[in-house]
Amino acid sequence: MAMTETTKARVSAVQESKKAANRRRIMIYLALLAVALIAPFLAYPVFLMKILCFALFACAFNLVLGYTGLLSFGHAAFLATGGYFTGYLLSQHAVTPEVGILVGTLAAIILGTFFGLLSIRRQGIYFAMITLALAQLVFFFYLQADFTGGEDGMQGVPRGYLFGFIDLENNLSMYYFVLAVFLIGFMLIQRTIHSPFGQVLKAIRENEPRATSLGYNVDAYKLVAFVISAGLAGLAGSTKTVVFQLASLNDAHWHMSGEVILMTLVGGVGTLVGPIVGATFVLTLTHQLAQSALGDWVNVILGVVFVACVMAFRAGIVGELQKFAKKNFK
Amino acid sequence: MSQEFVLETRGLTKEFRGFTAVDSVNLQVKEGNIHALIGPNGAGKTTLFNLLTKYLPITRGDILYRGKSIAKMKSSEIARLGVVRSFQISAVFPHMTVLENVRVALQRPMGNSFHFWKHEKVLNQLNDRAMDLLESVGLEEYADNITVELPYGRKRALELATTLAMEPTIMLLDEPTQGMGLEDVDRVTELIRKAAVGRTILMVEHNLRVVSKLCNQVTVLARGTVIAEGDYASVSANPQVKEAYMGSEADEEQETAS
Ligand SMILES: Nc1ncnc2c1ncn2[C@@H]1O[C@H](COP(=O)(O)OP(=O)(O)O)[C@@H](O)[C@H]1O
Ligand SMILES: [Mg+2]
Repeated sequence: MAMTETTKARVSAVQESKKAANRRRIMIYLALLAVALIAPFLAYPVFLMKILCFALFACAFNLVLGYTGLLSFGHAAFLATGGYFTGYLLSQHAVTPEVGILVGTLAAIILGTFFGLLSIRRQGIYFAMITLALAQLVFFFYLQADFTGGEDGMQGVPRGYLFGFIDLENNLSMYYFVLAVFLIGFMLIQRTIHSPFGQVLKAIRENEPRATSLGYNVDAYKLVAFVISAGLAGLAGSTKTVVFQLASLNDAHWHMSGEVILMTLVGGVGTLVGPIVGATFVLTLTHQLAQSALGDWVNVILGVVFVACVMAFRAGIVGELQKFAKKNFK
Repeated sequence: MSQEFVLETRGLTKEFRGFTAVDSVNLQVKEGNIHALIGPNGAGKTTLFNLLTKYLPITRGDILYRGKSIAKMKSSEIARLGVVRSFQISAVFPHMTVLENVRVALQRPMGNSFHFWKHEKVLNQLNDRAMDLLESVGLEEYADNITVELPYGRKRALELATTLAMEPTIMLLDEPTQGMGLEDVDRVTELIRKAAVGRTILMVEHNLRVVSKLCNQVTVLARGTVIAEGDYASVSANPQVKEAYMGSEADEEQETAS
């Protein structure tokens, strides 16, 4: 129409460069996937599965903190809810693991909707406080309820047979299943960010009053993002319970909400792979330190890492790397 | 009720903990007018805009859009009705491209804004319209720039293009030329004149030269109340207006001196 030839050419040039960036990104993803596929032959599969579960948890959290701009301090509740529901169904009703995981995820979605409806109108620190308070309520509920086993937790959850015929007691089968779950969750997040909905989320994060003045009911969009995040956190918790055959109060404790914040910030908030790197980094560090002579100093060291990250490397590992790459390879 | 007025307030009042920022304002904005809202700093102009678009809850009074009360509506609903505001501080999405800024405004009527499972490339079908809008404010060659990189005047032009993408029936512009050099002021004035065709504009403007060139109705606000109304000539001759302005300018000089 009124568009001039030069502007058309410019737009297509930009689309070309976007395509090139996309190709590069796909190459990186494929390389990571290759690593993930051979990893269980090089490292202890159960530890790798732990990383995958927490990476998914952190990615889910990042959707809210990094891509919606909400600091939730209650995500432990969703992780634990997924875990307990799945654990209960697998132990008491002998359902197949995929059904247990689906129901656990659904429970987290419902709880997330409830949390969201009560908190989403609040800004900043008030939002964090309400999510924390609600999560504490959930913690005490799980502490008192019978089916959770209280302080002892739920032990000896059977892994069972995936779809009724794949024996998950085999760590390798279990690993590839967890990897598949992680990839589904990760791809959903990646799509959400690069969707029409993601564009609106970005607009809200960048300038909320302006998004409102363009007719967007921003609370509704935030709520949807929050519920997706809660569901994926639940999915991570459900899967974790199947892996470790255990659901415990640890997952519902506010420490866990803090830990996922730590992982996300250390890895790089608002970057797609940051939370994965952060989860890997924090879990590996904890693991190494726990085996060393340092013992109880683990938490102090983690604290120092956290402070260093917040003060000097605000963008996190991946964020700082991206900055570095932009500066030096452009 | 006559539909002569697009926007009308009745006894509109806003109190902040005992301090009355907007005091029983009866404002009537006629269809097709470019209506200026002027007054010294702190008169309550921005607060009035915030009430009209429900960015602040109102203390008392009513707001009518084409004769119907919108006082109980949400900001986003009012925007969807066609009452679209801009902000005193430039309101763009800084880390989106210039094209994306406009596209966000075009996107909502497509009805896919909640579709988190679709790829964002479905939005590309809006690119032609977005480019047309950018062209109308002279920004077509900046389409792919990240918005933060634009100079201030261009950001305000982008804001206007984004607002126009909403196809508003009435635009509320809060100091659209504030902080601009002469050249930019003239350009934005022309853009507003063009944008006003077929719609109504209510604008806060400090630059009286712009007001006299552009606006066919002026309302003067001081200390939260309307002290004069009419065309520019009659309002500027009003002794009360002169006094309000003189007073505030003296205040400002003191402020900058201290
Ligand atoms: N959120 C608020 N809380 C308390 N006082 C406010 C608030 N917003 C504005 N005011 C006061 O209301 C008065 C009018 O402000 P404003 O509407 O911004 O004036 P103008 O836009 O005409 O310069 C000022 O005295 C200001 O300090
Ligand atoms: Mg103002």
